[in-house]
Amino acid sequence: IHFVLLISRQGKVRLTKWYSPYSQKERTKVIRELSGLILTRGPKLCNFVEWRGFKVVYKRYASLYFCMCIDQDDNELEVLEIIHHFVEILDRYFGSVCELDLIFNFHKAYYILDELLIAGELQESSKKTVARLIAAQDSLVEAAKEQASSLSTMISQATK
Amino acid sequence: MLRSLHCLCLLLQCRDMIRAIRACKTAAEERAVVRKECAAIRASVGDNDQDYRHRNLAKLMFIHMLGYPTHFGQMECLKLIAAPGFPEKRMGYLGLMLLLDERQEVLMLVTNSLKQDLNHTNQYIVGLALCALGNICSAEMARDLAPEVERLLQFRDPNIRKKAALCSIRIIKKVPDLAENFINPAASLLKEKHHGVLLTGVQLCTDLCKVSSEALEYFRKKCTEGLVKVLKDVVNSPYAPEYDIAGITDPFLHIRLLRLLRVLGQGDADASDSMNDILAQVATKTESNKNAGNAILYESVATIMSIEDNGGLRVLAINILGRFLSNRDNNIRYVALNMLMKAITVDTQAVQRHRATILECVKDSDASIRRRALELVYLLVNESNVKPLMKELIDYLEVSDQEFKGDLTAKICSIVEKFSKEKIWYIDQMLKVLSEAGNYVKDEVWHALIVVISNASNLHGYTVRSLYKAMQTSGEQETLVRVAVWCIGEYGEMLVNNVGMLDIEEPITVTESDAVDVIEMGSKRHTSNLTTRAMCLVALLKLSCRFPSCSKRINDITVQYKGSLVLELQQRSIEFNSIIEKHQNIRSALVERMPVLDEVAYSGRRAGSLPAAVSTSQVVALNLPNGVAKTTAAPLVDLLGLSSDDIPAPSSSGGDFLQDLLGVDLSPTSPLSGTNQAQKSGTDVLLDLLSIGTPPAQSTSSTPDKLSSSKDSKNSGVLERLSSPTSLQASSPSGGSPVMDLLDGFVHNPAIPEGNGSAYPSVVAFESSTLRIMFDFSKSPGNPQTTLIEANFTNKSPNVYTDFIFQAAVPKFLQLHLDPASSNTLPASGNGSITQKLRVTNSQHGKKSLVMRLRIGYRMNNKDILEEGQINNFPHGL
Repeated sequence: IHFVLLISRQGKVRLTKWYSPYSQKERTKVIRELSGLILTRGPKLCNFVEWRGFKVVYKRYASLYFCMCIDQDDNELEVLEIIHHFVEILDRYFGSVCELDLIFNFHKAYYILDELLIAGELQESSKKTVARLIAAQDSLVEAAKEQASSLSTMISQATK
Repeated sequence: MLRSLHCLCLLLQCRDMIRAIRACKTAAEERAVVRKECAAIRASVGDNDQDYRHRNLAKLMFIHMLGYPTHFGQMECLKLIAAPGFPEKRMGYLGLMLLLDERQEVLMLVTNSLKQDLNHTNQYIVGLALCALGNICSAEMARDLAPEVERLLQFRDPNIRKKAALCSIRIIKKVPDLAENFINPAASLLKEKHHGVLLTGVQLCTDLCKVSSEALEYFRKKCTEGLVKVLKDVVNSPYAPEYDIAGITDPFLHIRLLRLLRVLGQGDADASDSMNDILAQVATKTESNKNAGNAILYESVATIMSIEDNGGLRVLAINILGRFLSNRDNNIRYVALNMLMKAITVDTQAVQRHRATILECVKDSDASIRRRALELVYLLVNESNVKPLMKELIDYLEVSDQEFKGDLTAKICSIVEKFSKEKIWYIDQMLKVLSEAGNYVKDEVWHALIVVISNASNLHGYTVRSLYKAMQTSGEQETLVRVAVWCIGEYGEMLVNNVGMLDIEEPITVTESDAVDVIEMGSKRHTSNLTTRAMCLVALLKLSCRFPSCSKRINDITVQYKGSLVLELQQRSIEFNSIIEKHQNIRSALVERMPVLDEVAYSGRRAGSLPAAVSTSQVVALNLPNGVAKTTAAPLVDLLGLSSDDIPAPSSSGGDFLQDLLGVDLSPTSPLSGTNQAQKSGTDVLLDLLSIGTPPAQSTSSTPDKLSSSKDSKNSGVLERLSSPTSLQASSPSGGSPVMDLLDGFVHNPAIPEGNGSAYPSVVAFESSTLRIMFDFSKSPGNPQTTLIEANFTNKSPNVYTDFIFQAAVPKFLQLHLDPASSNTLPASGNGSITQKLRVTNSQHGKKSLVMRLRIGYRMNNKDILEEGQINNFPHGL
């Protein structure tokens, strides 16, 4: 997988992850080209678009298009399955995920993607494992926050 | 204390910004908000404010996603990564992966932090570091950190092992030399039970095989058996809720195992043999009612097609594809077409069986499927099925939607050309395509068609009649009009007299004036562009000779363009008008049929000089600006009625080239050719045009050399001469029609050789309405390579020229030395002259003749004037 894109129906970018080097300029161009290509396709058509010698596999969930760019000889059907896998994990994490969840918690979406894909390859085929790992890391962050806040209350009490 | 408060309100604050951005109604508003935020973040970065760093980076990432520049945040990422706490590191690594990529120098600074984190006691921090390394590491970092990653492949926690495995993939892709270090650890990953580790381990092995043949050999020997067993276990495993997708346990693992087996089996009969059974099982047992199952089937077909031959399995695979092809799901049909493209090299016959279905897919409503199917059809075409397939495709062309027509036409044309054994079939098919989708046909294609028509002498009559008929129904297709106009111009009499009837034809009655009608229609259509109109004019000129009865009418049509704002049309109109009215005696010779175009040379040229063809066609499409004497390649080419890539041989001399221009057979003028050098040939452009082409003459031998020395100069040189009539007209409108004069001069004045006593005749090197330059030649004794030239400048205008400067340029094989001129003032009306001596040394003496470009600058009535020219008529042997 060369990159992952989440584009809203209005063409707004909700998440981008680049596993192959693209300069900032190229990235903008790619996004513009692909959103033009994908957003205009009808609902009954197949989920693959040929683009610059690559293939882009996309799938629409509600108002969001999930796109992944792969090589000519990769398995398109499997990538569809990976997209679905990702969406299910997001769904489980946010509890029926919607576009707003991904806007306001965009970093969470990235953390989940990082547990799913590294270097453009699939890392984990179990949704449960991903959920467990994310939860463990979230609790680490919570613990650090709590520690800090208890520290601050201690300090504030001490300075009273 | 402060810090913790900020930590708490971090997300809130970031949310506020997102909310503010989302509330913006216009792009300008959004930019303003972002600018304000960026300024605040910059200030905070400048203060080296630790407490806000976390939040700033979160904001920056959002801003980055919107496409704004965020480079100033890069250092902040590094600082966060260097911080001790997990939340800071998590945010820092995320920012690193988003804001930076492997090509930035800053990335090197993070190597040390990464190294420390890879050895951290907290496994989640190790995980973060591995993830970052796997996503963005550069070759240098890969070298530096490879030992750490290698060690982590044996880490106690499986989640770290799987991350390390994927990270290794990135490392070996960046630095393939490191592959051998990873072979052994990767092999041991294949024995794991944990699906994540197994999945990534298999992936790592696949990528190792791609970069290292040593790895491939190793895995083939040691692991094939084991992998087959793993696949067998997965296929036969009982229901496992954690990995289950649509009733299949871990399809991702299935697919990756199949892919690795494919790599191992390719080119190795033993390995292929050992996986036959399991492949057969996967191909027959997998459920195909859900996408996951189909993905596995698709992968197994790919593997079966790639590994060493096993007839039975292949049949199975082709059958699966056949089933896919008839599936209602577009995705499945797409992958089936995709795979059939690969299968065609293995088993053409099996794919041919599905031809009808594939042909249906060409007509699908989905562009991706249509394109795949068209590619496949293109591969499927062979001698035996080309005719029915072609019929289908052309029938479909009528109904296909606009944006697909371009692709479809290109493919049809390419197929037709590839299988053009019978010319009549080729011409028939092309005519159909032109009538259906002529506006989508590329220039090369109809050029090629004209070349073929010109070569099929027995079909001239048939072709021109078919084109005439097609014009009646499909006159709106530009390229059809062009081909038809060209053919009617060339073979008009065959149209009228039904010459060369074939048995299959029905006779048609076309009068001479009908034929002219068609061309007039072509030239008058408002959609016709310059090229078409120009071709129409040439065709009319030709018909004026073939149909004497219509000559008057043709002249009337031609004259209408006399006032055309397009220089090219105006010029042709005036020239052709004068030919029709005043030069009956040379007209028939001028407009004789084109010599047969050289097919081989044309196709060779086409292959060799595509970019050139592109550039000329662009020029043609461009409307030429008026009043510019020095035009580009287009007019020349238009005279021919074709683009320049149709000009027969690339090596043909300038003479032939010009000869083709007018389609003239020069035999009637050849008696005059001997006088060429002494003629005022510099002036008489048309005369030059005619005489320069005489086969054995002196000038032809000089042009080829020049052509070979530089192609550009050929074009521009010839062009300058060609286009100078216009400059003449422009500069002396009162002088009547100079072209006519020139022609008159040509017809009535056999030139008088002006011997000047020297061994070489002197020539008029340059002549315009205002200036004449004569060259006298002599050789310095004992040095045949060097020629002394005495240039003599005469002023033809009634004004004195001051600041007179003469400049000359020569190709590389010549050396030029200019002596000072006798004066820089040239008296008016030929009352005196300037002389200047030139010395030219020809390093290719005896092989190449002299050529020279001139530029003359002077002031007349306080106006700077610049004239340019090229001399090609140097006497032979200088």
